[in-house]
Amino acid sequence: MEYEPVIGLEVHAQLLTNSKIFCGCSTKFGGSPNSHTCPVCLGMPGVLPVLNKMVVEYAMKMALATACGINGECSFARKNYFYPDLPKGYQISQYAYPLAEHGHVDIEVNGGRKRIGITRIHMEEDAGKLMHDEHNPASYVDLNRTGVPLIEIVSEPDMRSSEEAAAYLKRLHETLVYLDICDGNMEEGSFRCDANVSIRPKGREAFGTRTELKNMNSFRNVQRALEYEIKRQQYILDDGGAVVQETRLWDDGQGVTHSMRSKEEAHDYRYFPDPDLVPVAVNGAWIEKVKEGLPELPLEKRERFVREYQIPPYDAGVLTASRALADYYEEVVRLSGQPKIASNWVMGDVLRFLNEEKRDIRKCPVKASALAAMIGLIEKGTISGKMAKELIEEMYKSGRPPEAIIKEKGMVQITDEGALSGTIAGVIAANPEQLAQYRAGKEKLFGFFVGQVMKATQGKANPPLINELLKKMLAG
Amino acid sequence: MELYELTIHELQEKIRSGEVSASGILDSVFGRIEAVEVNVRAYITLLEEQAREEAAKADQRIKAGDINTLTGIPIALKDIFCTRGIKTTCGSHILHNFVPPYDATVVEKLREAGAVFTGKTNMDEFAMGSSTETSFFGVTRNPWDLDRIPGGSSGGSAAAVAAGECIASLGSDTGGSIRQPAALCGVVGMKPTYGRVSRFGMIAFASSLDQIGPFTKDVEDCAIMMNAIAGYDPRESTSVPTDVPDYRAFVERGIDGWNVGIPKEYFIEGIDAEVAAAVQKAIGVIEKLGGKCLPISLPHTEYCLAVYYIVAPAEASSNLARYDGVKYGFRSENGRDLLEMYKKTRSEGFGAEVKRRIMIGTYALSSGYYDAYYKKASQVRALIKRDFDDAFRQCDVILTPTSPTPAFKIGEKTDDPIKMYLSDIFTISANLAGIPGLSVPCGYTAGGLPIGLQFLAGHFAEGRLIQIAAAYEKNTGGEKRKPSL
Repeated sequence: MEYEPVIGLEVHAQLLTNSKIFCGCSTKFGGSPNSHTCPVCLGMPGVLPVLNKMVVEYAMKMALATACGINGECSFARKNYFYPDLPKGYQISQYAYPLAEHGHVDIEVNGGRKRIGITRIHMEEDAGKLMHDEHNPASYVDLNRTGVPLIEIVSEPDMRSSEEAAAYLKRLHETLVYLDICDGNMEEGSFRCDANVSIRPKGREAFGTRTELKNMNSFRNVQRALEYEIKRQQYILDDGGAVVQETRLWDDGQGVTHSMRSKEEAHDYRYFPDPDLVPVAVNGAWIEKVKEGLPELPLEKRERFVREYQIPPYDAGVLTASRALADYYEEVVRLSGQPKIASNWVMGDVLRFLNEEKRDIRKCPVKASALAAMIGLIEKGTISGKMAKELIEEMYKSGRPPEAIIKEKGMVQITDEGALSGTIAGVIAANPEQLAQYRAGKEKLFGFFVGQVMKATQGKANPPLINELLKKMLAG
Repeated sequence: MELYELTIHELQEKIRSGEVSASGILDSVFGRIEAVEVNVRAYITLLEEQAREEAAKADQRIKAGDINTLTGIPIALKDIFCTRGIKTTCGSHILHNFVPPYDATVVEKLREAGAVFTGKTNMDEFAMGSSTETSFFGVTRNPWDLDRIPGGSSGGSAAAVAAGECIASLGSDTGGSIRQPAALCGVVGMKPTYGRVSRFGMIAFASSLDQIGPFTKDVEDCAIMMNAIAGYDPRESTSVPTDVPDYRAFVERGIDGWNVGIPKEYFIEGIDAEVAAAVQKAIGVIEKLGGKCLPISLPHTEYCLAVYYIVAPAEASSNLARYDGVKYGFRSENGRDLLEMYKKTRSEGFGAEVKRRIMIGTYALSSGYYDAYYKKASQVRALIKRDFDDAFRQCDVILTPTSPTPAFKIGEKTDDPIKMYLSDIFTISANLAGIPGLSVPCGYTAGGLPIGLQFLAGHFAEGRLIQIAAAYEKNTGGEKRKPSL
């Protein structure tokens, strides 16, 4: 039978606020265990949470970027469960009254566009981390991450393939990073994804029984896990079996999912409104203020690049992959006035150098101003395109501006007509035989003369100028 | 008269006039503690050494003319308030060794006002009880009759003031835990408006009901203590940023022309005859002072206890989840894995009443029961609040008995939780509505046990409570006794 997968994703994104959601501790990743803690995030007896307003603002940015409606009032609830990384025995989250609801993002699949619904976006606190001693029967608790702000973005079950799920995930990731509210690092866990997946016979409307997949820490793994799980469910149904509703863990090494807990073993989180916090009121003025501060989003930027710079959609896609790269490109365009040429250099050479070293564009040794200057020098004919290839490599290696390198290496094209005429005259005089043949009609020899002139000028002569002068002088 | 018998304002005068020193006052108080604590057992932890250092420092400040509102006054703290570097147990085995790394806001405020801390007082475990019998550290006795309970949960703080083992103290009130023991021990106790005094650093029982307040020997002292502890705290989200009046200014104002509501639902069958008589007598005094007593109705009163015993345990079941043996406090050594460590730590670390309430609360919040219990209780709570809003449109304050009975015998109600819970029947409504309440002594039973009179007022009208209680206190006409210990 032919089946259709139905996929919904729950994404947790750590917000880049300086301090935690309910206390003043630092959110920095990687401090020595329990160094970024205080009585509040340690869940000491008697402490109380106070909401960090920046968290609401950051979450609002994502809500606005995904066309969600922001609720005029939202509130926090306690999600109760026991685990050593959860010092209070409950997580402060949002339940009945989330910050934002009913949004969507558009993804591109198979050359077309598809809209994926977003059910809700809510704020919550992260838990700590456990570290297990391999040599002793002991576990340690690091609560640095406890209280780091998260938003949870819950999608509608709108995706119908692992490719769509991956495209949706990438769109969320790109948007969060563009908004500068999440660093998007999946390995460090600042961007995490759980997936709900079921399958149903094609054409049927009712959903099948779903499983929840956890522990996928890369885009690739999300896609692999979904593909595995879809196949697993297909085999069960084809065998006449029934899918069991449960939570399954992705095993990256073996490439399979394992059952973690069944529906019967699922926690009863006993959600109830957190009496220590008051409802958060979000008025129109606040929303407007946040809206004004929103950057141009990737999709808008892409369309604008195509329109404004007349570059192909593919190029626009590459150049807007990150906000920093797009900013870099636009700076080069602004300074050089050459969008197409700038695009070629950025996409070709600059990105190649960066990718080889896995270096971020923000740390690119070739400043946008330097690249623009180099483009200007080609334009003016000071250097040739061929010389520029050599030059940009040197600029990348040394971080120096093009003029300095050109001067040091004597990389200037000979554009002085008088000097070049002299050299050409010398070349013609030294090759009387070829001259006679050329004048007799063997025009192929023109190339020979160009080569000789280039050789005599060590490649520094401006090629169009050589052509022009040579033609004139060969003709006598 | 010994110094330990005096009030804050009497001692302040003597300090200002140079008649006594802070150290002298402390000597008197610790002399008294040495004499009677063996019988009363009001304290879990005594801080004599630290108190002596603080008193010496207070004397230096007094000498320099730097005298604050509580400079040199020995004050006891319920062991529910976190004190930096000082064991804070909440009356529980599970926190028997817990030493907080920080001070509660109220502790900071009292210290800034110049208070000298005598120690941490006994209480029902996690403030769950009405008799101070559920403490892991033993039973506190009522100074008026050592065979009786002092009330609870802040029984230690009430008994310490009544016995002269401190000049004033702090307690917490979630369903009556200040007012009921104040009534049973013959002292003044106030539960302020929810949001008036910061809860930061008070170990939570039921977060939406908990409030901190003072025990004092008279109403003026209550005003002085309120001046020291009230106010907005940015560390608490439910703290309210409204101005705090000078409560002492209300003491002398009188109540001529006031409307005093007498809710019929609070004069029910089962109320002790002597208590009823004392309250009736008090109504006469109020009328003599120019107050007009009028019958009012708080129609949802009968649901208060039921609502309370859903909301409070539900919040408690979550608040007490952090005591899991992982980070601090007691950890059972008998667990072989994580789940067993949790189970054994909590089974061995909590007492029976705390476990009972955790189970009730867990049940009330469970999936499938939430709507029928917690949600319904929250809805009824809103109606109870509305009863008071309506009532305070007719009257300035409400007058009721504080507790249906005087102090009962130790062990009398420990086997019957419902009977014990009824002890708070007149005090719970104020916590559910978030309004302030105050208990002031209003006479004695034939057997010599104190009786308490409760005044309730609208949100942030603590000044009115002080005004009427002070006027009443001055004109009761009855004798003022002291327990004979």
